[in-house]
Amino acid sequence: MPDAPAIPAAAVRTEAERGVCVVTVGGGWSVTGAPPAWPGPPAGATGVVLRAADLGRWDSSLPFFLAGVRRVCRAAGVPCDAAALPPRLRDLLAQLEAVQAAGAPQDRADSLLTAVGLATREVGVQARAILDFVGECALSAVRLARSPRRFRWADCAAEMQQCGAMALPIVSLISFLVGVTLAYTGAIVLRQFGGDIWIADLVGLSMVREMGAVMTAVVLAGRTGAAYAATLGNMKANEEIDALATLGIPPVQFLVLPRLLALAVMMPVLALYANALGILGGLLVAYSLLAIPPAAFWVEMLTIIDLSDVASGVIKAAAFGVIVGLSGCLRGLQAERSADGVGRATTSAVVTALLLLVIADALFAVLFNVLGI
Amino acid sequence: MDAPARLPPGETPAIAAETLDCGYEGKLVLRDVTFSVAPGEIFFVIGGSGCGKSTLLRHLIGLHEPRRGRVSFHGRPFTAADAAGRRELLRTFGVLFQGGALWSSLTLRENVALPLEEYTPLSRRERGELAALKLAQVGLEGFEDYYPAEISGGMRKRAGLARALALDPAVVFFDEPSAGLDPVTSRSLDDLIRQVRDTFGTTIVVVSHELASMFALADRAVMLAREEQGIIAAGAPAALLKSPDPRVRAFLTRTAPA
Repeated sequence: MPDAPAIPAAAVRTEAERGVCVVTVGGGWSVTGAPPAWPGPPAGATGVVLRAADLGRWDSSLPFFLAGVRRVCRAAGVPCDAAALPPRLRDLLAQLEAVQAAGAPQDRADSLLTAVGLATREVGVQARAILDFVGECALSAVRLARSPRRFRWADCAAEMQQCGAMALPIVSLISFLVGVTLAYTGAIVLRQFGGDIWIADLVGLSMVREMGAVMTAVVLAGRTGAAYAATLGNMKANEEIDALATLGIPPVQFLVLPRLLALAVMMPVLALYANALGILGGLLVAYSLLAIPPAAFWVEMLTIIDLSDVASGVIKAAAFGVIVGLSGCLRGLQAERSADGVGRATTSAVVTALLLLVIADALFAVLFNVLGI
Repeated sequence: MDAPARLPPGETPAIAAETLDCGYEGKLVLRDVTFSVAPGEIFFVIGGSGCGKSTLLRHLIGLHEPRRGRVSFHGRPFTAADAAGRRELLRTFGVLFQGGALWSSLTLRENVALPLEEYTPLSRRERGELAALKLAQVGLEGFEDYYPAEISGGMRKRAGLARALALDPAVVFFDEPSAGLDPVTSRSLDDLIRQVRDTFGTTIVVVSHELASMFALADRAVMLAREEQGIIAAGAPAALLKSPDPRVRAFLTRTAPA
């Protein structure tokens, strides 16, 4: 196989002609190679003329070099003539100099004060958006309650399967491990006081009143809420939401309410299931670590838990389901029409849901305390 | 520049846009746009990228509210209508979006049947049959139970057209119907558009920069320009070719403006 022809290196020749400095560029120029140096116009030169000779293959590195030569000449107050360059190179040089004259890239970042102001205003805008959305959902729900035939029951059933049955494996794992963790942590303290048996009270009450609903909501916020945001965001990007609007079908009625109802129904069911799995985890730890028989664990647990505890967990779970659904659907409908926008909507759905879950949980704690539940 | 429809005296235009100012997110894209479309006319909105064609369409079909001016269909105000009046008018027009905008979780039959479910007292079986008929009209017989993800881009547009025609609307809007289609499929969609107009007398508004389609189909067209934020030429395609504005001639002959 013959050797590939060697690419000549970039060359710059500087000559003096009747007091004028002639800079001749030649050879091959590549932006990935090291540019040749040019020391500047010699002392006493009345002008600089740019020429090209034996020029091989060249790229943007050549006009970049020539622009540098002209900049040095300008700084030295020596006129630099590029008229002798090939027209294509001359045009590119002019284009480059125009870009350089336009200055540094504009800094579009806001100042700290502006950023804080905008962020503060955004909090208000988002709070209002959430309230508007809740109101719109409530009105749509009332309209549908008057004519339930218009409700998309089939979609709702499909969503129930997605957010309910399909979530069982992850809910099982998380809730079981939460029960195990609670039991282990409790055992450290309770053993010191000889109160091993109270591990049943700790695990049972924690799961039923708090952890079952909260952990299920957190799992579904990441799993179902994010999926809702991604689905609706994609539908928006594909103009599917616009297609609904031009048919006079409110997206809230068609897309949001079936999802909200599905979550509001399935979340309490999942929370009850999570309670059972968490208690099972605690029971196993109590049996293996503290040698508490399962029957004793069960009997002790029933001394502390009554129906109001179970009911409070179920009520919270239903509310959490609505919160997760609202967050996912709202962020999905607010998504920008791009892949990036859908990604941001998904993240935002999870963050919004978690934030609202924590706030709602605190409000429930106060409310149940006031009501004596 | 105004672009009034060529209407017989006393006839009401199918669509009338009067002094529309269109924009979004604080940005004014089009100002003082006025035109009307006669019933049964194939009307094109053309112009270069970013001139506001799709923005105008979104304002005409009610996805955005104009900042000023009004849109009416068959003499009935649309933009100024209350919720009930607007819903009544929404059923009189169909829209074929750029990508078809089929609901991905529904089959083609269910997509076409949904407007029927919303606006007609037909039974489920009747809706399914009518949807199959509409799909057959656009050449998609046998694909009724396919999902949008299972068919090609051209078929998705045809299915989108079947859905737009589900309620036999008096007006159908097309947003870049040829976008993303090969020339043969694009030509067959053009034939379908003409067939819809010739068969049902439907008024057609097409937003496009596909000149071959415009010359093949349009009775009249308006051209938008970004610099003017509005209409710079209006008329029949042959008349636009003789426009005194060099930008119009350059656009229509695919040459760079001097």
